Amino acid sequence: MPTFFRSLLTLMALALSGTAAADQPLTSGLDERIEALIAPGTDWVEKVILFRVPLPGSDAQMAFVVLWLIIAAFIFTFYFRFINLRGLAHGFRLIRGDYNDPRAAGEVTHFQALATALSGTVGLGNIAGVAIAVSVGGPGAVVWMMLAGFLGMSSKFVECTLGVKYRSVNPDGSISGGPMWYLSRGLAERGPALATLGKVCAVVFAIFCVGGSFGGANMFQSNQSFQQIVGVTGGAESWFADKGWLFGLIMAFFVALVIIGGIRSIARVTSKIVPLMGMIYITAGLVVIGAHIDQVPAAFALMLSSAFGVSSVAGGMLGVLAIGFQRAAFSSEAGIGSAAIAHSAVQTNEPVSEGVVALYEPFVDTIIVCTITALVIIISGVYVDGNGMSGVELTSEAFESAISWFPYVLAVAVILFAYSTMLAWSYYGLKSWTYLFGESRSAEYTYKTLFLLFVVAGASMQLGAVIGFSDAMILAMAFPNLLGIYFLLPTVRRELDRYWAKVQAGTLPTWRENLRRQRS
Amino acid sequence: MSEKFLVGLDGSECCQRAVAAALHQAQASRGSVVLSYVIPWSPFTFSTAEENALRHKRREEELARAAEQLLIPEQRRFEAAGIDCEVVARHGHPAKTLVQLAREYEVNMIIVGVIGDTPLKSRFLGGTASTLIQISPCPVLVVP
Repeated sequence: MPTFFRSLLTLMALALSGTAAADQPLTSGLDERIEALIAPGTDWVEKVILFRVPLPGSDAQMAFVVLWLIIAAFIFTFYFRFINLRGLAHGFRLIRGDYNDPRAAGEVTHFQALATALSGTVGLGNIAGVAIAVSVGGPGAVVWMMLAGFLGMSSKFVECTLGVKYRSVNPDGSISGGPMWYLSRGLAERGPALATLGKVCAVVFAIFCVGGSFGGANMFQSNQSFQQIVGVTGGAESWFADKGWLFGLIMAFFVALVIIGGIRSIARVTSKIVPLMGMIYITAGLVVIGAHIDQVPAAFALMLSSAFGVSSVAGGMLGVLAIGFQRAAFSSEAGIGSAAIAHSAVQTNEPVSEGVVALYEPFVDTIIVCTITALVIIISGVYVDGNGMSGVELTSEAFESAISWFPYVLAVAVILFAYSTMLAWSYYGLKSWTYLFGESRSAEYTYKTLFLLFVVAGASMQLGAVIGFSDAMILAMAFPNLLGIYFLLPTVRRELDRYWAKVQAGTLPTWRENLRRQRS
Repeated sequence: MSEKFLVGLDGSECCQRAVAAALHQAQASRGSVVLSYVIPWSPFTFSTAEENALRHKRREEELARAAEQLLIPEQRRFEAAGIDCEVVARHGHPAKTLVQLAREYEVNMIIVGVIGDTPLKSRFLGGTASTLIQISPCPVLVVP
């Protein structure tokens, strides 16, 4: 860890000297120097956390943490008797506001909690993540990605139910929830031995969440938006091509405006533009798919046939599956615990209701958005001779082959998605940081400064080095989170059974009934 | 049965004239008054996680501020004139919430000012008053 911080300090010095010496020739190598400094540290983190286990009956390997996530999602799906299917219709009515309480007008609604959580997860995980899955694992990886997304819905259900159940009201009147609270408070209810475990899990989670907010939610985002900018401004000849650090500084400046400058209006505007960009992205995807509707059955057939193994991927079916599952984990963040932080401010007396609403998160960001992206990439055929392209470049190329000007729109969308993800995660990370170090101004500023440094680092590094570290830090959050959740499953089951009995008996008061009761 | 009037306040100069009209009507008919303030809010907007965390507290602050700064001072005027006066602040769509309040308090008439506090919005989207006229369950008095 000390080496890690030393490299950070050096990076800070480098970034500062870089701005001063922007027009000197030596700066062309600045990106490489930043990478050389950071890469050994990130490689080490990646190796420790993403240790791979061989899958039986083949020479494929899978990161243990991905296996950990998928097994949990599988268990939750069965333990809650396919809540990810039977909860969907009721979840839709909750989001639509059918069960809102008129007396609580002005509080956070189910729709708002879901939209906030989605703006943190929809983004590069789905757009770049699918491209990475297809280019590394072939079209078949998408099938496993969708399956993992489907199972992951159950994980989100559990997390968000617990997030609401064990949330706490801070002295300043704000509401905090998430794994730190449900792990420590939830397990404390189950005896002294588990209380200690809960406390440990909560602290470990908070540490990894801080790491995740620096990695996948920060470096990966700034890296991919930089790639997209380089792509639309002329590729390798672009003036920007070797100035990742400069892009990083610009991005860091805008993040700083909100998180340090406290310019909330920017965050508010972003939170309104991002859903719009999401709509534009989905519409454009559907337009491309619609124009080649005759190729869609073939594309699905290709996905299904290559899901069970293609010659280019080591380990056959299990090799493809491992890639798909890993990208899905990164795309939906189900089982990671992050979403529970965003969902927990919702106004409801029934924790399960928010869990059911949260089912829609993986459904939208991993099943719908990923399927659209995958179809566009496969129909365009760009992945076959991708010229080594991966990530968002590949998605951009695929869209370009159908709509020539779309890469520009995508570039704007990617930067906005990246920006909103960074803002969302800077909040998750800060909550974890203050959970560890207590609420104080100096603690907050330390975290925020570190956060900004990683924005610069991310833009300066190669994709490979960034992905490894980003995946590692985000996925690591699943260890303490799911471990604690296993002990809380009976609690969630009781809550669910009680709530579901009400739903089926029709005794859950609807908006209209609440209104009538209020009048009389 | 005596008349009961619902007044929609918005802090504008125009709503002062609505209040004056309500005072006059209530005195003339020996009726009572419900003063209301609707804080514009929709359940389908987008917000940040930080805003959500503070929402519960902000909501209470908004309701308290509406009551203290706008509703209570006006209520005193009515009570000084010997008129029964209730006050209520609520979040929601202005016109729809006024209709809801009209039903809840079983009033005979809604009194509002014609100009809302955002003139641009009322010009392009149709103001609260014009929407209210179309959906109200009781007569509406619109004061210019």
